[in-house]
Amino acid sequence: MPNEKVRDAHVHRMSRRKMMRGVGAVLGAMAIPGGDASASVWEAFFQKNFREMSKSELDKVLARLEKEYGEKYKKAVKVRATPPLEGVLYGYGLDLSRCIGCRRCVYACVGENNQSRDPQIHWIKVLQLNKERGVDLEEAEQYYNPARVPEKGHFYMPVQCQQCENPPCTKVCPVQATWTERDGITVVDYNWCIGCRYCMAACPYGARHFNWKKPGLPAAEMNPETHYLGNRPRPVGVVEKCTFCIQRVRSTPGRYTACVEICPVGARKFGNLLDPESEIRYLIENKRVFILKEDLNTRPKFYYFYAT
Amino acid sequence: MNRERLRRAFVPAAAVLALFLASSWGTAAEHPKEHPPANRNGAQGHPQYAVPTPPFTPGIFPCSECHKEMTPNPKRRELKDEHTNIVLNHAQGQRWCLDCHDISNRDKLHLVSGEKLGFEESYRLCGQCHGDKYRDWKVGVHGKRTGMWNGEKQYLLCVHCHNPHDPRFKPLVPLPPPARPESLKK
Repeated sequence: MPNEKVRDAHVHRMSRRKMMRGVGAVLGAMAIPGGDASASVWEAFFQKNFREMSKSELDKVLARLEKEYGEKYKKAVKVRATPPLEGVLYGYGLDLSRCIGCRRCVYACVGENNQSRDPQIHWIKVLQLNKERGVDLEEAEQYYNPARVPEKGHFYMPVQCQQCENPPCTKVCPVQATWTERDGITVVDYNWCIGCRYCMAACPYGARHFNWKKPGLPAAEMNPETHYLGNRPRPVGVVEKCTFCIQRVRSTPGRYTACVEICPVGARKFGNLLDPESEIRYLIENKRVFILKEDLNTRPKFYYFYAT
Repeated sequence: MNRERLRRAFVPAAAVLALFLASSWGTAAEHPKEHPPANRNGAQGHPQYAVPTPPFTPGIFPCSECHKEMTPNPKRRELKDEHTNIVLNHAQGQRWCLDCHDISNRDKLHLVSGEKLGFEESYRLCGQCHGDKYRDWKVGVHGKRTGMWNGEKQYLLCVHCHNPHDPRFKPLVPLPPPARPESLKK
């Protein structure tokens, strides 16, 4: 026995724990971009979650992104991180008795929010439904393409993020890269998203979209007025969604969303749910309101209504 | 010595006082201009809304350009010489031109009450029959309203979307449908 102790004291033995520690360190070092990687890649790699960043850290990140996008799209790009307005909870109304399914909103959204053109990502999907069947999603058709709309016997229901009060998508995110802000907008931190797509599986409205490839966004069409949590250009491998045009609406005065602005029939309504004088409150109080998949208890802040 | 010091102190003090008085008088006078109420009250107490100019056919307005030469004919009839492109598809048979257009001032419309109103206020004319739509339009629920969700808003007149002589909204060409998943390139 004493002999063995003496031997152990002199022989270098690799314990399992030591071995794993070494392997971990090497693998970790390999994962960190090194060599010719620029400083911004390092900074992006060590960037914190949006909600944990201090003011100065956030400012640094925004400046870095502005520089990066400016070089990529050859124009001055503004990346803001405007916080929610006090006393505001955004709500949306869509008049099902007016919508004619012209899809102007779909493309206005793409232009405003810098979605990928190729491969194509649309945040708004317009469903054509049969008037006799009502809102029967199994009968819904999104590829309709007649010479003129509306078609006889049909009505149209655009679907986009419903900005739920009880969102299933944020609960399943394993890294808390998506959450609901105080003003009711559910957002994604594209730098924190790991691309697992759990949120897409959880969303009952098909409102989340994945960048399977590097987004194809022509520099000429890129909207340079952006928000960190909204329409800034996205990298490959992250999920994105409607943010009620967060870059527009979070200001005093704030513009209407792009889809409200383009709608030729005025079917789209937007406002502050906490303001009793707003159009959204008026329609909720005075019109017949329909909530999509109400039985799931997601509590959308997106109200379909019938003005007539 | 003492008086000199007083004088020196008085001049700037007087200047400051004068400036203060002038500025406070100025703001009091300008106050109404700085804060125009959102809905200004019209001559008859009706609110006026920020609308773009009415969508006239180019060259048609002012109507008095042509009509000043003519003697008004209040007889209900079908027009044969002019305005033949207007086909009334809006309670046709029950009304004709002069139910809405004014006979004595050709550049105006009139309400049932006889009150004359300009074309930029035509929503009040439409609102006589379509009261429910008028009510919704005023709060921004019927029709398109743009601008700032928490600030100044821009309305459209009824006639920007609905031809008053044929008001049904005309069908539009839809923008392309989304790409089908199977058509996406690998």
